Amino acid sequence: MIAFQGVSKIYNSHSVALEEVNFQTNPGEFVSLVGRSGAGKSTVIRLLIGEEKPTKGRVFFGQYEVNKLMNKELPAFRRHIGVVFQDFRLLPTKSAYENVAFALEVAGRPQREIDELVPQVLDMVGLGDKGRNFPHELSGGEKQRVAIARAMVHRPEVIIADEPTGNLDPLHTTEIINLLVKINELGTTLLLATHNKDIVNGLGKRVVTLDHGRVIRDEERGKYILV
Amino acid sequence: MITTLSRIIHFGFKNFWRNGLLSTATVAVMFLALLVSLGLIIFREVTSRAVVSLQDKIDIVVYFNTNTPEDQILNIKQSVESLAEVKGIDYVSRVQALELFKSRHKTEQSITRAINIVGDNPLEASLNIKAYSPDQYASIATSLNNPVFKDFISQVSYEKNKVAIDRLVAIIEDINRGGLALTILLAVVAGLIVFNTIRLAIYSNRDEIGIMRAVGASNALVRGPFMVDGMVVGILAAVFSLILAIPIISFLSPYLSRFIPGLNISQYFYSNLITFLLLQMVFGMAIGTVSSFLAVRKYLKN
Repeated sequence: MIAFQGVSKIYNSHSVALEEVNFQTNPGEFVSLVGRSGAGKSTVIRLLIGEEKPTKGRVFFGQYEVNKLMNKELPAFRRHIGVVFQDFRLLPTKSAYENVAFALEVAGRPQREIDELVPQVLDMVGLGDKGRNFPHELSGGEKQRVAIARAMVHRPEVIIADEPTGNLDPLHTTEIINLLVKINELGTTLLLATHNKDIVNGLGKRVVTLDHGRVIRDEERGKYILV
Repeated sequence: MITTLSRIIHFGFKNFWRNGLLSTATVAVMFLALLVSLGLIIFREVTSRAVVSLQDKIDIVVYFNTNTPEDQILNIKQSVESLAEVKGIDYVSRVQALELFKSRHKTEQSITRAINIVGDNPLEASLNIKAYSPDQYASIATSLNNPVFKDFISQVSYEKNKVAIDRLVAIIEDINRGGLALTILLAVVAGLIVFNTIRLAIYSNRDEIGIMRAVGASNALVRGPFMVDGMVVGILAAVFSLILAIPIISFLSPYLSRFIPGLNISQYFYSNLITFLLLQMVFGMAIGTVSSFLAVRKYLKN
């Protein structure tokens, strides 16, 4: 599904973000990408969604070789992925409903389908009654649920969550993680980048540990072990 | 394709409406720029009418000796008429000259009396020659210096008025050149100000553009709504600038006609209102959409 083959990302001789990273995921897997701040988790995600290109190595997503994609090919490629960010990245001038609908609109889905799917997904994330609210009218947890609804509404093969609980309190953190587990159980591959030890240890799923830009551990039912 | 286009238009209008304050500020700047450009168009009209009115005052008058027979004068008229530079010639015979003189001085008893005492008509027949452009008078005057005409012509007014004509020609050329340069300069400045305002408005939306890209929006879907937004700004600014121009022009028109006789800016404005509206809209929409297109391009690289 996702494969990193000998990937390095070097900004300059003093700033090596990733070094010879190799790992791959299987369809339907839940993979936690862990490590301290600056370990290289976000770089892995930026390379995976084509925001940056590796200095060396190859990044695969399904049939796409991401590092070779042209700028104009990126939008179509990104519609195969759902991304959830730490800072939510909701469109401030669109309501919760419109934010979710936007992921379908960019894919050119017909209005009838949008009208049908968006309320269903908002219901699923527990925001059936908040569709008309704008992001500034929602709590952090609610914003992140809108972001998850947007990431999953077009039924992507993979959802990538980059520190999705970084800005949330423990109660909302649990809610969001439970939601991601539920989405994974419905068959979507999930890549969760986090430095939250409790979350990772509570999941009991595959853990890839990064340190100083290198993969130092890759375990099937792993734990977040601080190095 | 149609779905995408209708979404682009829908998003564009929605963005315009929801970014109320920013949209109002952009419309205000565009409105001022368009008002300036409308002012420049009208300024060009005023100067060109002033130039025409000045040009109209320039001519060459050829006075003929009183003993020159009329058919000889008409022959000369014919040969001067054939010059490419000549726009028109008016022939004033001795009799007509006297009548004109009398009617001009009919209230002055002493002059009427003096004419009657002289008995014979002392006035000379003349040809009033107008050229297509003021700088052609010199060559017409040279043609009139032909030795063939020498015995018949008493004087040519060009020599007498040469300095004044040359000065007028220089002023007219300066007005034309200066007016054009000023128009271009101010239009460029207005365009740059609008472009920068739109650039700043889009800069404040750069995160939003990043989000759209991350969700998988195509360049057309990201850029399109901003261009529609720019177009709406242009249309509104064009309409508002014309609405405000109406009272300004009504106020200024009588003052301008006092300076330049025959100039009626109000009438000129109203008879060209549709052209102005279309021109302003096209200019507003073009600068709005092109500025948006260019400003968004920078953020579409990732």
